[in-house]
Amino acid sequence: MRRVAVVGVGQSRFGELWEKGFRDIVLEAGAEALTDADLEGREIEAIYVGNMSAGRYIGQEHVAALIADYAGLAEFGIPATRVEAADASGGLAVRQAYMAVAAGLHDIVIAAGAEKVTDVGDPMEILSASVDIEWERFVGGSLPALYAIMARMHMETFGTTEEDLAMVSVKNHRNGAKNPKAQYRTEISIDSVLNSPYVADPLKLLDCASISDGAAAVILASGEIARKITDTPVYIEACTQASDYLALQNRKDILTMKAVVKAGREAYRFAGILPRDIDVVEVHDSFTIAEILAYEDLGFAEKGRGAELIREGVTELDGDLPVNPSGGLKSCGHAVGATGVRQIVELTLQLRGDAGKRQVDAEKGLALNVGGTGATAVVSILGR
Amino acid sequence: MVPRFWRKIKYRYDLVGSYCENCGNHFYPPRNFCPVCRRRGAVRETELPDEGTVLSYTVIRDGEPCVVALIELKNGSKLVSQLACSPEEVRTGMRVRKVFRRYGEDGEEGIIHYGTKFVPSE
Repeated sequence: MRRVAVVGVGQSRFGELWEKGFRDIVLEAGAEALTDADLEGREIEAIYVGNMSAGRYIGQEHVAALIADYAGLAEFGIPATRVEAADASGGLAVRQAYMAVAAGLHDIVIAAGAEKVTDVGDPMEILSASVDIEWERFVGGSLPALYAIMARMHMETFGTTEEDLAMVSVKNHRNGAKNPKAQYRTEISIDSVLNSPYVADPLKLLDCASISDGAAAVILASGEIARKITDTPVYIEACTQASDYLALQNRKDILTMKAVVKAGREAYRFAGILPRDIDVVEVHDSFTIAEILAYEDLGFAEKGRGAELIREGVTELDGDLPVNPSGGLKSCGHAVGATGVRQIVELTLQLRGDAGKRQVDAEKGLALNVGGTGATAVVSILGR
Repeated sequence: MVPRFWRKIKYRYDLVGSYCENCGNHFYPPRNFCPVCRRRGAVRETELPDEGTVLSYTVIRDGEPCVVALIELKNGSKLVSQLACSPEEVRTGMRVRKVFRRYGEDGEEGIIHYGTKFVPSE
């Protein structure tokens, strides 16, 4: 296998982008990545587009060909592939691009992720199609409801509190306030989280990431070519994927995302490092409980002790292990298919030293992108 | 929506799941393939027990409060279902039993969806 490096990154702003369409935001992110890599565009040999539900959000399918067309690459007839794994679609698009370059099939590939959700009335209903719609959704088990069931069980089993969950949200907003691409660039207090209305007990409105419009893109190149393109390549040292039973009710342990544990362990083994070697992390905080579970399932805390990391400030921007310096899904907004790619953009900026006011000191970064309630997990480890 | 709903009626109305005679595991929703034994599996339909225990729950506050719980049935199989009780009544560890209830309908003149819910049994 060949080494693979990130040589260019770009992202649109995340949020309610009423004035822009799906193709506009993807091209915005792609153009920024090309500018960042100082490439013209015709060097690109393949495109992977992470997208969950364009068919339901905007009524358009065949979006990978659409993007190749509007990027001016249909002229060259390059392969364009859409990748879907619910809200892990973006992470998986990066993995497909990574595998294509690592295998030697292509030298320079772009992985983009995008979702345009504000064109419909109830984006959460569409996102909830990532659970088992016949057996979970039918009885009211929406995505927030199932995460709430996990949250209550974690609280009653391990003593995690609603304040602990609120602190995750407060931290991520504090970080996101420093990110010009984030949807919500305002700090919030613990009280404002605790006093926000319940969506699904014990999760409140400010425990949940909002579903947003947005796009992100990364350009990957083989290690050899990367050195000719940039002086600051960031290497993908592992990019693993695992799956689990789709429905929560079929899992033996509701409080462990087995797919995250498996993808994480394989990523550490592949990169030849341990959890303690990681300096900066982007995790899938679609709900605050998801970040606590990620601390445990990725080996940063023992099972049941995830909340200690947030209580002790370990995962703050100035802590030993900054988690979600970008602001996470909570503050950036969760642009479903874009989120996993945005995480790789953030880690690349952090490892290159280009992260501005939210910069941390880091040599190794890890990203976790989760689909649904954990039936898909993609873990990437990047190093400079 | 009608055909998809119709073909599940047997399982939703009576809580019919599947049972693997090879490994003894119960599954709900039913499966036609045992994920544990794979090709050696011998999957048969079976009616699940009427009673179980609430492992965890949530109250959905989007409109009328609605209690959704993760329930462990007496044979060890788990399912997510609605509880036909008030949000104040529910607690973890509560014993519940199955009942036949209305879930919703496809518009005013559409087909009515029925299925299994649970009520407190203590």
